[in-house]
Amino acid sequence: MLIGLLTIGLIANTGCKKNDSKLLQTPITFVAPSNFPTPIYQFTDNAVSQAGFDLGHRLFYENALSIDNSTNCGSCHQQFAAFANLDHKVSHGVNNCFGTRNAPTLFNLVWQPNFMWDGGVHHIELSALNALTNPCEMANSLDNIVKTLNKKTPYPTLFKNAFGSTEINSQRIFKALTQFTGMMVSANSAYDKYIRKEKGGEFTNDELAGYNLFKQKCNSCHTEPLFTDNTFRSNGLDLIPKDAGRETITLAVADFGTFRVPSLRNIALSSPYMHNGQFATLVDVLKHYNSGVQNHANLDAKLKENGVLGIPLSVIEQQQIISFLNTLTDNEFIHDPKFAELPQL
Amino acid sequence: MKPISIFKSLAFAALVCTILSCKKNNNEFTGSGKVNLEFDNMVGNQKLELDTGAYTNANGDDFKITTFKYRICNLTFNKADGSKTLIPESYLLIDAADEQTTLQTLDNVPAGDYVSMDFVIGVDSLRNFAGAQIGALDPAKGMYWSWNTGYIFVMLEGSSSKSTAKDNMLMFHVGGAKAPNNTVRKITLPLPAGGLRVRSNAKPEIHLKVDAAAMFKGTSIINFATLNGFHGGVNAPIIANNYAMGMFSVDHIHN
Ligand code: HEC
Ligand code: HEC
Repeated sequence: MLIGLLTIGLIANTGCKKNDSKLLQTPITFVAPSNFPTPIYQFTDNAVSQAGFDLGHRLFYENALSIDNSTNCGSCHQQFAAFANLDHKVSHGVNNCFGTRNAPTLFNLVWQPNFMWDGGVHHIELSALNALTNPCEMANSLDNIVKTLNKKTPYPTLFKNAFGSTEINSQRIFKALTQFTGMMVSANSAYDKYIRKEKGGEFTNDELAGYNLFKQKCNSCHTEPLFTDNTFRSNGLDLIPKDAGRETITLAVADFGTFRVPSLRNIALSSPYMHNGQFATLVDVLKHYNSGVQNHANLDAKLKENGVLGIPLSVIEQQQIISFLNTLTDNEFIHDPKFAELPQL
Repeated sequence: MKPISIFKSLAFAALVCTILSCKKNNNEFTGSGKVNLEFDNMVGNQKLELDTGAYTNANGDDFKITTFKYRICNLTFNKADGSKTLIPESYLLIDAADEQTTLQTLDNVPAGDYVSMDFVIGVDSLRNFAGAQIGALDPAKGMYWSWNTGYIFVMLEGSSSKSTAKDNMLMFHVGGAKAPNNTVRKITLPLPAGGLRVRSNAKPEIHLKVDAAAMFKGTSIINFATLNGFHGGVNAPIIANNYAMGMFSVDHIHN
């Protein structure tokens, strides 16, 4: 009898919840690719729905989030560049302001333990905060964004569809943006198909040779399948780095001039390269690893093994590695209409 | 349709039963009440006057205060028998410049007689590293670092003729919940004789004195010529250790 009552209590309860948010409608299930580990962000307290995702999609491309109605997330994170910023060494925000760092690619964010080149942001839901409020990016305040969206149709309705009421607050904005950016998964490159033994996953001899070299020379930092081990290291760009990098966050001297190892997925699309955008092409990058590495105080041990600076690679080997890096391009992802740019409302 | 409504009313009855039995379990008093907290911002024995008040720290350095804000959380009321009642979701942000924030109300405090209270100065590490929050923890309310995400726990800004910083500024932004610069501090305050009496039909008020000058003495006397500001980092725990010693005290309670 007691158990019976409890069960009924539960049913009644669920019924209540559904009523509160009956507009949450179609849930979207996040499915991790079979060759990927378990994601770090599990959408706990932020279950993805079609309405929430659509709202996040809208917000991502909404100029009204910037102080002068000129800039949206997509201005610096372009789909065709795997959501990096093509041709921009450093980001270009409102009022013609140039930032100090290169806009990184955005995908597979739910596997990232921390964000930004220096790892200063520790939660995906807060990864948009800096861009929204940084005077050199969108230069807005959260209060003002909430006010603006409240006045702009159809946002109150879109928030109601997504969260059950028309209330707009920063938490809902962040959660909706996260439903969108968190669902950006890139896992259908030729490389993935090769690994999963799917059609389209055939490697040429050069690609295969490049893959084998990659596993020996690069994989210790750009670790498969995400192509980063999420640590902070120096790959010797400068003798004395201009940007303190990770040290800004930890204040540890050993972190001076170290940056998060970036993923190399879609790397052929996201030039220029490095935190400061100092290399325009992958040829330049491979040349750097072969002969340009600077022996700065915190240069990673991997890049000065046996007293040799960098990673010696013949020109042919460099080309083979580039052939392999090209297999990391995920054309389905960059053409996926789910993530495509939206016209302003 | 019909069976469902019967089920629902049965479930409701079950729920009511549970709540009632809950109440009965709680020794003498039943129900819960509200508790008001009033924060009287001070500098030593003087009332804090932003911008205009002229003060002297324990080192003898003159100073003025333009901003004084702080966060406290996880308020817990303790009974004489040692039992503790944590008030869920008690995250408060007090800004000396915003009168409304200096009077805060806790709802649903279980009725009873309490002899002391605990709280954390700052934001507990769990919430500090969680995702987007609302209420006092909404980053829209400020006291938040977006480039090194986390809450600012205590913020004091002002000036001192002794400060070697630009424009003689003082800029203490205390925060950080990670070793070795963890500044989360939990304190216990005894309540005056008679304690706090929470009842469903009363609204007791606790008057807290918050002494901004306590940031600069206690475990280390601060010399504004050598320490006049930071945003987190190695010096933040020095100030946190200071303010954990004596920034907060309960002055009196109206029961
Ligand atoms: C003005 C250009 C610009 C705009 C606009 C912009 N970003 Fe960025 N974004 C950047 C730069 C530059 C970085 C790297 C900053 C750093 O490392 O310090 C970045 C980093 C990020 C990251 C972290 C990625 C990683 O791998 O660590 C996320 C997520 C992100 N942005 C999302 C957004 C969202 C969402 C918006 C819109 C609300 C947005 N950005 C708007 C330039 C921009
Ligand atoms: C010791 C660790 C380490 C090794 C080994 C390493 N890298 Fe890197 N790589 C990094 C770091 C760290 C960065 C980011 C540096 C920065 O921006 O300051 C980086 C950046 C890159 C970038 C630019 C990515 C972007 O989005 O801008 C490319 C391309 C790259 N590496 C390719 C390679 C290749 C190819 C190899 C092997 C030949 C390799 N790396 C070996 C640590 C490493």
